[in-house]
Amino acid sequence: MFRQLITSLDLTESHGIVRRYFVVNGFDGALTMLGLIVGFYMSEHVELNVIISACLGAAVALAVSGVSSAYVSEKAEKQKELRELEQAMIENLDETIHGRATRVMPLFVALVNGLSPFLVSLLILSPLWAASFSIALPLPPLQMAFGIALVIMFAFGVYLGRISGINWFWAGFRVMLIALVTGAIIVMLNQ
Amino acid sequence: MITVKKVVLDVLKPHKPNGLEFATLLSEKCPESLINLSVSAVDENTESVVLVIEGDSLEYERILATIQEMGGSVHSIDEVEVLNSSEHRDTD
Repeated sequence: MFRQLITSLDLTESHGIVRRYFVVNGFDGALTMLGLIVGFYMSEHVELNVIISACLGAAVALAVSGVSSAYVSEKAEKQKELRELEQAMIENLDETIHGRATRVMPLFVALVNGLSPFLVSLLILSPLWAASFSIALPLPPLQMAFGIALVIMFAFGVYLGRISGINWFWAGFRVMLIALVTGAIIVMLNQ
Repeated sequence: MITVKKVVLDVLKPHKPNGLEFATLLSEKCPESLINLSVSAVDENTESVVLVIEGDSLEYERILATIQEMGGSVHSIDEVEVLNSSEHRDTD
């Protein structure tokens, strides 16, 4: 199974696409959660379970949107590539490693695209859950969730910096700055 | 006993898997064999390769199935070596 996945990744040259989807949608998830958390922080007297429900709803919507949109677009793209190869080979390739890769890769890419924002969101929401179970935290839950979101966005920046070969700290800081600017805009709109 | 010792095949294959991966995957299905692959022509999406497979007892059907599994197609069998190791019995 794992070997088939590696073969499919190699055949379809999808490493870059998977990496892009993971970062882009993970970034979407982190920024969405950050926006919601800042928004709730600016509102007064919102109960913790309401915040968790709203954020979880957004996380599920991001996951479903990520899975379905990536699956539909990748399936179409990979089928087009397979048909072009079949025309060149003058043969049906459905039962070959190329045919299997065409079926497996859209599913894998879709899962990465959907799970990336979902897992990032769950991580950011973890202090809210901890607080709802009365687990002691070093900071209030919303501030801690905000901090985790910043750290995750910094990590995404560092990862992108390593790929592109630029200074990791500058790359991480740049992405974190986007999060801070987003938070500032939400604060200003709520004034 | 009749055994196939060598086959030379003209094969059309997609660029991926590349020659090294193609020959290695084929070798996994043909134990105790020596495989030589040389590219004879390259097109936009495909390439023609000449496969020379030598071994003590080659299973042609297995070779063919593996080539097809990787998306290749055998255009022609250009050379074969077949050995009959059974004793000759004259019935006359």
